[in-house]
Amino acid sequence: MGRIKQYWEIFLVFFKIGAFTFGGGYAMIPLIRNEVVGKKNWLEDDEFMDMLALAQSMPGPISLNTAIFVGRKRLGFRGSLATSAGIILPSFIVILIIAMVFTQFKDNPVVERVFKGIRPAVVALIAAPLLGLGKSAGVKLTNLWIPVVVALSVWLLKVSPVYIILAAILLGILHYIYLKRITKKKHGTD
Amino acid sequence: MELIDLYLALFLSFLKIGLFGFGGGYAMLPLIQREVVDLHGWISVSDFTDIVAISQTTPGPIAFNSATYIGYTAVTNMGYAQGYGIVGSAVCTLAVSIPSLILMTIVTVSFFRLKNNPWMQASLSVLKPAIIGLIASAALLLMNDYNFVDYKSWIIFGAVLVASLKKVDPILLIVLSGVAGFFLYPA
Repeated sequence: MGRIKQYWEIFLVFFKIGAFTFGGGYAMIPLIRNEVVGKKNWLEDDEFMDMLALAQSMPGPISLNTAIFVGRKRLGFRGSLATSAGIILPSFIVILIIAMVFTQFKDNPVVERVFKGIRPAVVALIAAPLLGLGKSAGVKLTNLWIPVVVALSVWLLKVSPVYIILAAILLGILHYIYLKRITKKKHGTD
Repeated sequence: MELIDLYLALFLSFLKIGLFGFGGGYAMLPLIQREVVDLHGWISVSDFTDIVAISQTTPGPIAFNSATYIGYTAVTNMGYAQGYGIVGSAVCTLAVSIPSLILMTIVTVSFFRLKNNPWMQASLSVLKPAIIGLIASAALLLMNDYNFVDYKSWIIFGAVLVASLKKVDPILLIVLSGVAGFFLYPA
């Protein structure tokens, strides 16, 4: 297969994924797996799972991170540019059209009535998956204080999420250092 | 504001959102809201909620959707022509993707070394539960007088919450709430 054709192929696969995954994030993981592992055999299944863990622990949308990984693995840096463009373009086109149309109808009374109903629903849709997500993120009774403190400080004290992220990373590392020291001491007195 | 300054401000804001947007999706909302509503006032909080609603019913991640939408709206709201708005969309979408592109490229190259790295695991040990807190704050920040105008709002909220927990399709729930809003709030 020609080089151009290969770029086009990975571009198209991710364009398709970008165009058909509604809601983003976790909804598209089975779709990507089906394409990349099932149909194309670009990654082994365990490789895919490792990649997913990595994509989730890096900043940015998970679908973009996944696209970059697969593109890079297959065709190097230019490959990751092709897959990124593929995953970004569908929503870019759709949202741009909506923005151009919606800004003209926004003050229409009918649209305003419809959105009065939709807005509380949006909040409910954000809140609903919290319990399930909390479980899979390893939230237990012992560390429940972490999400509670984070939510309250962002919501009530208006602390920037940037500081929250930096503090959380730092705390995790300090805790690890502390644990390491303790085990070292134990071994020392033994 | 000069157009070029506006583009630069948008670029920097979305670069920041891409760089600190851990957890993807809803976890990025408080950060986006802080940048575009609180700090820069490019859009109102109800506009922001509407973007989230549009994101929930269209393909693609919320980070891209809001970048595209806000890039266009912020520029056209300042009185510039639509064409400049499209450039604004492109600027924001590019900016939000750059951190991922750089970080993922580095990580992919050193993938097998980072995978079981205890320092990596250590950094994530507090970050993961913190991300849950960020998602909770995203919901709390949107529970305001703009989005919850009266008791009917709370009824819709309660109904959608229960239905969503019962795994009803979110797109269907948005459509139904829109219909409910149309009938519950007569002109």
